[in-house]
Amino acid sequence: MFGYEFYVDPSRCIGCKSCMSACEECETHRGKSMINFDFIDRPERIATAAYVCFHCEDPTCAEVCPADAIKRGLDGIVQSALEPRCIGCSNCVLACPFGIPKMQIAEEQMMKCDMCYDRSAAGRKPMCATVCPSQALSYVKPETIANERREKPTNVFYFGNQKVTTKVFMMVPEDVTAVSVDVVDYMWEGHP
Amino acid sequence: MGMLHIVLRDGLEDRQFIADHTVGFEEVAASTVSYDPQSVAERTGVPPDAIERAAHMFAEADRAIALHARGLEHHSKGVENCSALINLCLATGHLGREGSGCAMITGQGNGQGGREHGQKCDQLPGQRSISDPAAREHVARVWGISPEEIPQAGLTAAEIMEAIHRGEIKGLLSICFNPVVSLPDSTYTREALDKLEFFGVIDFFLSETAQHADVVLAGSLQEEEEGVVCSTEGRVLHIQKAVDPPANARGDASIVCEIARRLGKEKFFPYQTTREIFDELREASRGGVADYYGITYERIDQEMGVFWPCPSLDHPGTPRLFEGGVSMHPDGKCRFLLTPWRESGDPVDETFPLYLTTGRVVSQYLSGSQTRRIGALVDQYPEPRLELHPRLAASLGIAADDWVSVTTRRTEMTLQASVVKTIRPDTVFIPYHWPGRRSANQLTHRTLDPRSKIPEFKVSACRLNKAPRPGSGQAGGR
Repeated sequence: MFGYEFYVDPSRCIGCKSCMSACEECETHRGKSMINFDFIDRPERIATAAYVCFHCEDPTCAEVCPADAIKRGLDGIVQSALEPRCIGCSNCVLACPFGIPKMQIAEEQMMKCDMCYDRSAAGRKPMCATVCPSQALSYVKPETIANERREKPTNVFYFGNQKVTTKVFMMVPEDVTAVSVDVVDYMWEGHP
Repeated sequence: MGMLHIVLRDGLEDRQFIADHTVGFEEVAASTVSYDPQSVAERTGVPPDAIERAAHMFAEADRAIALHARGLEHHSKGVENCSALINLCLATGHLGREGSGCAMITGQGNGQGGREHGQKCDQLPGQRSISDPAAREHVARVWGISPEEIPQAGLTAAEIMEAIHRGEIKGLLSICFNPVVSLPDSTYTREALDKLEFFGVIDFFLSETAQHADVVLAGSLQEEEEGVVCSTEGRVLHIQKAVDPPANARGDASIVCEIARRLGKEKFFPYQTTREIFDELREASRGGVADYYGITYERIDQEMGVFWPCPSLDHPGTPRLFEGGVSMHPDGKCRFLLTPWRESGDPVDETFPLYLTTGRVVSQYLSGSQTRRIGALVDQYPEPRLELHPRLAASLGIAADDWVSVTTRRTEMTLQASVVKTIRPDTVFIPYHWPGRRSANQLTHRTLDPRSKIPEFKVSACRLNKAPRPGSGQAGGR
């Protein structure tokens, strides 16, 4: 849909999984949800996060694919692996910094969120964004987000030294311009 | 009370607002003197500095809303809980202007609208009191009857069960209500329904309550019948019918009209469409507090809903109540009300040392008669689980997924434990959406708030033990 963008805000997620139920109903992958859903750590907190593929400008999943099976269209959508080419190696599953691709073992094919491009090409919003009651997943015009949210959208992420620019936006606190995930924070480097 | 104590101690109150728009401030101010942060912390378990910070944040904000859901009301002192919040809004001047006020989010789709037009047993349409002679006169004229034919105030849901036990109610017609799951002390509720000489149920699914009925009439879902609802913010909305009720099911309104016809009262129920019923409601509510007279289906559709009171067709509606701090009392002043602390109706003691609180999980809705039949929702939360804090779990030798038995002064039930840090160590939680031996309301008690008559779902005294897995042959023969 022209002029519309996808915004993800995990702080709004209430964990209802409506997005997953809606995604499962899609004819192109019936019965399988392409939403990535996390209970962050239920024993510690009630936070949940539902998110879609961020659709990178230079998709890591495609870069590591030995069979050239993952294509990014002119619309910026990164597709599921092409069925005749995908060899089921799971390189993409391991490499994606967001943890998005899902290997379908039975089909030996990687499948992922394609942002319902069949729907959006026909003027309809992605399924998950139409059902999300708290609009943690939201498909609207940029001015709508600017008017209605205190948080700011960003589509620049740093994973260590890897800079990733994406089609999908993440809502972040006002003073943040890029999301930085420093891998070092999560590494064991011996006793200090 | 603790927050108000700090507001007044630190001089954060809005003296101008209090002087211009309220009565009763002095008595309430005096009543907060003993509620210093230390005493409140000892009674509530909320740290003194957290109470201090909350009071300052609320009072010093340009705009602040005290927004709560039903939990605050689910106490034997629920009215006082809400009044205490209103006192805080009044003292800080946070009322009757944009971004300020006190509001409760209702639990059902039309939780607000129902209580405006006589679903509440002491009301007539338009939030009129059923004991007000002028109100009875007006509504009787709209309905084409004499005021004497309108009954006096009836009983609330929980009181109806008690009246059945006393033999005062022998017949009951229930619409879309599942008290076997949703009312406290469910054994008592089941026994009441079985005592009835006649029990009729109109519902869209065969609920656990419908299984006690002599006659069940298949009614409609919201999607199957046109009508209006009112949201928490007082916005009247038009619900369009999307699909026909399946098979022999019918719209609830047409069922009520048909019952009236069989009783020989069809001349009072001549409606062919739900719009005619709404038009009658507009007249009946006219001049009342919740005045719908100026609201039509067309206006609702064109204006994205219309806010009551809307007394005439050219009135824009009232998006904000109490604008400028003007209340609905005859003198226009808001009331500070005293809110003395009272003990729960089911106090903790040495035998029952823990608090049990009940509520919802995100994948289930109310008594579950709609959501317990949807696979994806059942998969998310198939059975009720008891939540407890790791510290409590360790003291009782309970690990995650262990089976536990929880006992109150009513009965006991056995379920699996979730050990989480998101609950206080002195409290356990069970969601209430399930029937029978999985029902949290087996455990709850029937103490009502004396004014609102809402049961104390949020506080029961209980004790907890590790239990063998049911059916494992070690369950003690029960």
